Formats: sequence, C-alpha cells, structure tokens
Amino acid sequence: MSALLEIERLEVGFGGRTSAVRGASLTVERGETHCLVGESGCGKSVTALAIMNLLARGGHRTAQRLTFQDEDLLKLDDRGMARLRGNAMAMIFQEPMTSLNPAYTIGSQMTEVMRRHKKVSQRVATDRAADLLGRVGITAPGLRLGQFPHQLSGGLRQRVMIAMALMCEPQLLIADEPTTALDVTVQAQILRLLAQLQRDLGLGLLLITHDLGIVARIAHRVSVMYAGEVVESAATAQLFADPKHPYTQGLLRCVPVPGKQRQDEPLGSIPGTVPRIGPGFEGCGFRDRCSFADATCAHTVPHQTAAPGHDYLCRLAP
Amino acid sequence: MLQFLFRRLIVAFLVAATVMTLAFILTRLSGDLAISIAGPNATAADIEAVRKAYGLDRPVLEQFFDWVGRAMTGDLGNSYFFQTRVSTLIAERMPVTLTLGLTGLSLALLISIPMGILAAVRENTNFDRAVQMIALIGQAMPSFWLGLLLMIVFGLSLGWLPISGTGSWEHFVMPGVVLAFSAVPALTRLTRAGMIQAMASDYIRTARAKGLSRASILLKHALRNAAIPVVAIAAVQLGFMLGGSIVIEQVFALHGVGFLAWESIAKNDFPVVQAVVLVLAVIYVALTMVSDLLNAVLDPRLRA
Repeated sequence: MSALLEIERLEVGFGGRTSAVRGASLTVERGETHCLVGESGCGKSVTALAIMNLLARGGHRTAQRLTFQDEDLLKLDDRGMARLRGNAMAMIFQEPMTSLNPAYTIGSQMTEVMRRHKKVSQRVATDRAADLLGRVGITAPGLRLGQFPHQLSGGLRQRVMIAMALMCEPQLLIADEPTTALDVTVQAQILRLLAQLQRDLGLGLLLITHDLGIVARIAHRVSVMYAGEVVESAATAQLFADPKHPYTQGLLRCVPVPGKQRQDEPLGSIPGTVPRIGPGFEGCGFRDRCSFADATCAHTVPHQTAAPGHDYLCRLAP
Repeated sequence: MLQFLFRRLIVAFLVAATVMTLAFILTRLSGDLAISIAGPNATAADIEAVRKAYGLDRPVLEQFFDWVGRAMTGDLGNSYFFQTRVSTLIAERMPVTLTLGLTGLSLALLISIPMGILAAVRENTNFDRAVQMIALIGQAMPSFWLGLLLMIVFGLSLGWLPISGTGSWEHFVMPGVVLAFSAVPALTRLTRAGMIQAMASDYIRTARAKGLSRASILLKHALRNAAIPVVAIAAVQLGFMLGGSIVIEQVFALHGVGFLAWESIAKNDFPVVQAVVLVLAVIYVALTMVSDLLNAVLDPRLRA
C-alpha cells in the first residue's frame, strides 16, 4: 500500500515573482507524525496550504505528483477538493484567536462540518461535538457548545479547532504551528494532546513547527525545509544523531541541550536570513550562509542518500 | 448592556431637547410671526389681534416652556392654517412617508447587498469598477433631478407609471427608486468593503479548510459578519430617508409629512413646522438606538 500523502517536486509561485516552494518532496505515512521544520519564510506553511489547495489569491501550485490516499489532488476541481477538506484531511492553524467565526457558536461551527460531509442528524453531530470536546480536555462540553469564540481563551479555542478538525475522523491532520500563538504552559498541553490523539486515532499528522524540542518529543520522521526545498529528511533519531545538511546541523546547534552543553559555551546561530528566491534561481539556496560552500554550490546540488530513509540535498559526502 | 442602553437614552433625550429648542428659535427668527400670519393686507389692529389670539404677545421664554410642556404630554398645539390639531395632521400624513421610506430602504437593500457581495467576490474586475462607478454617480446625483428625469422618461414618454399622488402602489415606485438611489452608494460600498475584509479573514480560511460549499462560505460565514455595519447603517439611513423625503414628496406630490412640512413653511404655520421637526428628530434618534440594538443582536461580542 502506498503512503497516505505523497508529494514530489511541489512548486508554488506567487505571480511569477517569488517562488515560495521549489521542488519540495515529502511523504506522510499512515499513522505517522511527520514534522516539517525550518525557520520563518522557508515555505512550510505555503506547502501545507498548497496540499489543501487553500493558497491565497495569486498563489499557483504545480507538482510532479501530489496524491492523497492514491487520489491525484492535482486533478481535483474545487468541488472535489471541498469533498476531502474537513473530511478525510483536516487542518488547524497558527492563529486560534481569529480562526473561528465570531458570529457563530462553537457548537454550530463544529456540527456544520460533520453535517456537510456525513449524512447525520443535528443531534448526532452535536453528540459527537460534545464527545470530542471532552476528548480534547475541555470540561463542561455542553456549556462550551453554546458559547461564542470570544468567550474562550486562546488555548481553549485551539482545542476547539482540534476537536473540529477531528469531527469527520480524518486520515490526515495538518497542523500549521498550532502552538506558536499560545502561552508556554498551554503549548505543552496542546502538543501532548496532539501526540496522544495521533496515537489513539492512528492519524497521519503533518506538524509544521520551528521548535526542535517539539520534534524530538513527538515526531516519527522529520523533514527540514530551507528556501522552498526539503533539504534533509530522516527518521527523528537518525536526524538528531547524524545530521548531514549544514543547515540541519546549524539548526541543531541553535537548541540548548541540558547536560550536553557546557554552561559557558555560547549557543549556536546561523548568520543571515532566508533569501528571497525568484524563478530561475540555480544551485543551493543555503550557499550564502553556509561555511562549507564552494563554487560548485552555485550550479548543482546533488540528491544523496546517507542511509535507507535518510536523504539530503548537498554536495558534501555522507 | 443595560447601562449602555441607559446612556443612549440620556443622549437621545438631550438631542430631542436641543432639536426642540432650535426648532423654536428658528421659527421665531424668520420674522414677526403675527405679521406674516395676518397677511400683506392686514391693518395694525388685525396684527395685534392675531398676536393676542395666538399668544404671541407673551414673553418668548413663557411661550417656549408652554410649548415644551404641552409637547411632553403629546399636545403639539393647533395648526393655524388647517384649524385642526397638529398631532392629528401628522398622524394622517405619516403613513405615506413611512410607506415611502420603507419602500426606499427595502429597494436600497435589495440592490446594494447583492451588488456589494458580487463586487467583493470579483474585486478589481470590470464588474467591481462598474459598481463603484454607479455608487459614485448615485452619490453625486441630486434626488430631485433624478426624480424629474424618471418622471419625464417613465411617466411622460413611456407612460408606465403615474407621476404624482398616492392612489396606488404604483405611485410609490418612482419616489421609492429615487429615495433608494440616495442610500445605495453607501450601503453598496459598506457591503463590498465588509465582504472583502471578511473573505480575507482567518475564519474564512477555516471555513474553506472545512470543505464548506461556496454559498455557505459567502453567505453564512462572510456575509453574517459583513452585514453587521450594513444593518446598523440601514437603520440610520431610514431616518435620513424619512427626513429627506421632504424633497421627494414635493417633486411627486405625495401628501406625506415632508409635504406637510413644506406647505407649513410656505404658510408660516409654525406650530406644524416645529412639530414636524420634533417628530422627525425623535424618529431619527429612535432609529439610531435601534441601530445600536441591532448591532448588539448581530455581534455576539457586544452582547456580553
């Protein structure tokens, strides 16, 4: 059986001027937590939105392959895509404060997605909503169903978003930095919840984050994105133990590891910022910030395999 | 919410009191009322008689408080010209004005909400630009002139619609359209701007991520939020229309409150003028309050 979600050489451009995603490839297996990491502006969110075909106006996607449960997403029209969204594939966003409609109750927003995709009565949908609210750790679900978003805190709203995404028992849940806008304590709770739901429901979870601490704890597999490309992909333990791409190595140096690091040793950083890359760009996007870069990096970037399931995009030998 | 309502009530009361004072002062500023009521051929003795009969010989402050005191109890005095109670006169004329105002507002909403939605969905297309141009023209066109144009085309040339009077519903078509035309620009733009803002919001992205139908996204999720300011402004627009119908009623000879006001100004029937100004002001203030209430009903964040 093929993977749940397969992406090969995804390209996303906005009006021909910027290329947000340049040939990214990614595979999410059934029941796998796959983390997509990288700093801001490297194309993680755009990749997620491109999968769902929710790109903002002017965004255009192409790919060699984009399949979900063996269905070619590139061939689906708006209706076909709408049939999948919220149903077999669901998504939660970075901004829980503004992602719920202020004019409708939690219950109305949760039940409508199920009423849209499954042939169920309002009663069944309401029961399911209450059940899921309890499941994501919200007390007094009956009360919450009748409340409006503004009556809930950010953490509660993100729990509602998660519960709403689960209404139709999706195979794939895409979570785009779901904890970035939340308090640190709430962040941990939400992540623990996501990890637990993923295990219990056998979800394929594509989790976008720039927090490597999260990755180390819950990911089965990690893909590192840089300037619109997936520069390295490996099983979590493998990636942390033996990062091959200079960017991955740089990212890992930016994270303090208690015990491993001496007190007076300065924390690493990567100089510079992600470049804006237009169409026709050649070579490695990281070369301007890379201490290993030489003249060949401006032309060709070989695709190498360090070990089975551990691929990276760099001229450096494994 | 109760406190908010209470505050609005106090403001409403103050506005009404100010309008009463201004209406009273302005009618007195137009000249010696006794002379104008008595007419151009009156002798000095006639004028004195009129002054006595209408109580105009009393001190101005006494006249003012007498009028205010009576108005509070619903007694708006007697018309000099019609020789009937002013309140009866206004009550007789009000249905015409209300019919006209509601027709105008309904037409305006029926035109501007769909137009605003379509313009927002097709932002920056020729359709959008055409809608904006119509809005601009509508804003610039004086309503009496539009009224006359319609009369010439549909009343005289084509003969489809009656050009004056209040006999049937057909009499309200042209005045209603003219009145609607004055409100369409603001309502259309507000709908368009609200829809554009709503469609760019995170909750619309959520609605799309839920796989909802386009109709549900547009009409249930976006319009519900975009409509909040539109509905509120529509209530205020109705106030404008009721007050502003003075011109339209004149052009189409509709015997409503606006027509009454115009007649009374021409005849120096100042108790009627004062009363019409007061009644329209009270209606306007009441509609502003209705607008606030509608806002609270539509926006759950204001309800707490």
